[in-house]
Amino acid sequence: MTSLHTLRRKAVNAVMLSLTGLCTFAAAGTLVFILGYLFVHGAKDLSLDFFTKLPTPVGETGGGMANAIVGSAKLLLIAMLVGVPIGFLGGVYLAEFGGATFSFLVRYVTDLLNGVPSIVIGIFAYTLIVLPQKHFSTIAGGLALGVMMIPIAVRSTEEFLRAVPASLREGAMALGASRTKSILTVVIPAAKNGIMTGIMLNLARVAGETAPLLFTSFSNRFWSPGWEQPTAALPVMIFTYAISPYEDWHQQAWAAGFVLLMLVLSVNIIARLLLAKRKHVAR
Amino acid sequence: MAATSTPLAGSGPSRSARSFIERLRSGDQVAHAITLAAAASILLLTGLLVYELFIHSSETRAKFGWSFLFTQTWDPVADEYGALPFIYGTLVSSALALLIGIPLGVGAAIFLAELAPPKISDALTFLIELLAAVPSVIYGLLGIFVLVPLLRIVEPAIRSVLGWTPLFQGPFYGVSLFSAGVVLSVMIVPFIISISREVIRAVPADQREAALALGATRWEATWDVVIPYAKSGILGSIFLALARSLGETMAVTMVIGNDPKIKASLFAPGYSIAAVIANEFTEATGDIYTSALIELGLVLFGLTIVINALARALVATGNRGGNA
Amino acid sequence: MKFILFLLPVAMALTASGQQVLINAAGATFPYPMYSKWFDEYHKKFPKLQFNYQSIGSGGGIKQVTEGTVDFGASDGPMTDKQIADFRAKHGGSGVLHFPTVLGADVPVYNLPGVAQQLNFTPEALAGIFLGKITKWNDAELVKANPGVSLPAKDIIVVHRSDGSGTTYVWVDYLSKVSKEWETKVGRGTSVNWPVGLGGKGNEGVSGQVKQTPNSLGYIELVYAVQNKMAYGKVKNAAGTFVAPGLAGVTAAAASVKDMPADFRVSITNAPGKDSYPIASFTWLLIPEKITDPTKKKAIKEFLAWMLVEGQKMSAVLGYAPLPATMIANEQKAIAKIL
Repeated sequence: MTSLHTLRRKAVNAVMLSLTGLCTFAAAGTLVFILGYLFVHGAKDLSLDFFTKLPTPVGETGGGMANAIVGSAKLLLIAMLVGVPIGFLGGVYLAEFGGATFSFLVRYVTDLLNGVPSIVIGIFAYTLIVLPQKHFSTIAGGLALGVMMIPIAVRSTEEFLRAVPASLREGAMALGASRTKSILTVVIPAAKNGIMTGIMLNLARVAGETAPLLFTSFSNRFWSPGWEQPTAALPVMIFTYAISPYEDWHQQAWAAGFVLLMLVLSVNIIARLLLAKRKHVAR
Repeated sequence: MAATSTPLAGSGPSRSARSFIERLRSGDQVAHAITLAAAASILLLTGLLVYELFIHSSETRAKFGWSFLFTQTWDPVADEYGALPFIYGTLVSSALALLIGIPLGVGAAIFLAELAPPKISDALTFLIELLAAVPSVIYGLLGIFVLVPLLRIVEPAIRSVLGWTPLFQGPFYGVSLFSAGVVLSVMIVPFIISISREVIRAVPADQREAALALGATRWEATWDVVIPYAKSGILGSIFLALARSLGETMAVTMVIGNDPKIKASLFAPGYSIAAVIANEFTEATGDIYTSALIELGLVLFGLTIVINALARALVATGNRGGNA
Repeated sequence: MKFILFLLPVAMALTASGQQVLINAAGATFPYPMYSKWFDEYHKKFPKLQFNYQSIGSGGGIKQVTEGTVDFGASDGPMTDKQIADFRAKHGGSGVLHFPTVLGADVPVYNLPGVAQQLNFTPEALAGIFLGKITKWNDAELVKANPGVSLPAKDIIVVHRSDGSGTTYVWVDYLSKVSKEWETKVGRGTSVNWPVGLGGKGNEGVSGQVKQTPNSLGYIELVYAVQNKMAYGKVKNAAGTFVAPGLAGVTAAAASVKDMPADFRVSITNAPGKDSYPIASFTWLLIPEKITDPTKKKAIKEFLAWMLVEGQKMSAVLGYAPLPATMIANEQKAIAKIL
């Protein structure tokens, strides 16, 4: 009786444990599948034209997405100019200056902002910039992405600053350096690599965002001159091309998907490896 | 720089040094003020966001009041707008995603935290966390061209097992609430795994050792001791995943079918809040239509705030429990 | 950091070359293949001029031109009086002009595995299907219109537009004319409250959806059906004959218009005459009466003049019917109304 019971328990143990293993491999396998599928379907249509040419009119084959690649780069540049200073300084405040109540409020609201769906940020940028200005623009799209960058920039800056050993800080203060000085010359340089890596990860995240761009930077068949005009962006092109009925556009969407994924994943991999290495050194 | 710092070391309270210290103090204040301004601007920005949504949705709020949330008509011709089909579609597709994602995510987290050798666990977690970095438009792309055709193949099998329930009746269109749920589940699993793994790992070793010493199997020790211990942290990870799936736009838009009807069947096409905004925002003619879409944005904002707050609270208590 | 350093010069280089005139337009997807061809040709002719046309749907064209976020819009459904009043209210009293560009047709497209013949659709069948009253492919109404075709006993999967669309306007305008029930229950508009079906975004989205979904039926602009090699049906017209959509049927429908209103807002669905294809329409550019930027005004006026002469020659190749000669003459006069 007991042995049967034990047997059953052992069986349950074995079954459940192997199921958890199965779950893991299903999850990890998804990434392998996504990579493989995009590689097979995207890489084969990738040519130099993709990076250097403009899209062709409907019904004509060929062409590329050069304007969308540059458009994405411009959007990210603005996003960085908006998101990084606010996020970085906000993070410095939380780590170095913050009082208890106000810091709690800032952290709370930052988390809240982080949870706002990207499409809602898009509406925000539309009502704030596009409507009063009366035109879609690279700036509006960049601002939407920039707002999305802020929360993560704040939290990663704060985290890396806090990770700087107190002894370093105290050492600088003991030498008579002011608070600001010790932060500028000792703490921030010590956390610099971590913060930079955080920014890279943050950029990679917003680089793939589509929803906030739909009604801010809109899209453009041509090059977008300056910053005040609508611009094409890689993720938006993937969306428009994927839901179209044209075979040729589908292929372009795969190629664009492949390029975007490679960019995002390689930044992620490099950043994570750098962070892991730092952790080991710290330990 | 070097020049300014040298006179400081060990110098007495001479007049020049004091004024210098004061200047530095005021430097501290400047830095404090600048960073404070940045921090405050985050509050301001978020406040502005809520304000903009609120102001630009005033027309529908005035016209429909709370009934906006409970009516089902979405009729741009008659200018009648109700958010219920979208709220329903958003909640159902996310619920479905959780239904698939929780067992998968928690199962994998158990394996990674309890069973796998640390090196393998780290490597697999690395891979899985990369999944969270894949842009959602790429999930949508794969959804249209891989998942939907695949679901069309497995649909008869699902129907033969579950077809008697009202949830799996009616024609299967390929794009549907069901497809949206499946895509979302793939997208949220990495979140569940990565946070749950951390909280399970944080459970003190003596807990499981005690259980094992009492003769429990590995699974029993995990399921009856470790998981209850890590419960609130895991729950928090689930809420975070939920918040993400509620607001997910592109992947859902591409596979949900875009039909604002409430139907019992998961095989029927549906619509989500984020998807209708993405589809109709640039083309909503008339101010009331636009206002209705912005109010939907406000609803979505409110929904995610509540879920996020719950999640943060749970993760926080979970971590405290883990560290104790 | 290197990433940023790489970005800067690229962005700057492109920003520097900003001497181009970029004119933004948005709207109808129905004439998108035509417009993208025109704008591309025009750009080749005048490399400094770029017309960025985004096919976001006719509703979008009306909305964005009203908000002033684009330089001009495009729509397959004329703006309603209320929409024109809205436009005036937001533009200090100045109005918006309709310029017909080409003619097109909505066609019922379907994806019915195993059926090779071109199907016939009666107005009753189309109204019934879109009202959700006819749900099977082998419904009596469809069988009656298609003798000798073995229609499967499958559910009809209806696909419609999810966005505000002129293609939808033309389709529901037609259904409203042939079905009292449709007119009272659903009505006309660029977006309506659909009784059945699933939504696709744009003509592109509906074509994509129908192609991907067996046993589906949708409506798209003829050109999209032809370009994507999709099966489409004949429709019974007001005179009782089944007419295949095409240039001839559309031109006949346009010719049936007796009194052309001065603002060119006219519906030609369910047109009389035995050769008329019943679900045809003009498609319009929506141009603000007052354009403040002189460079843009000049460019737009010149483009309109070019479109009415050179542009018309390209339309037939892409499957759109060119405008009747009298209409072209009237529009050429109307260009002067742009101030």
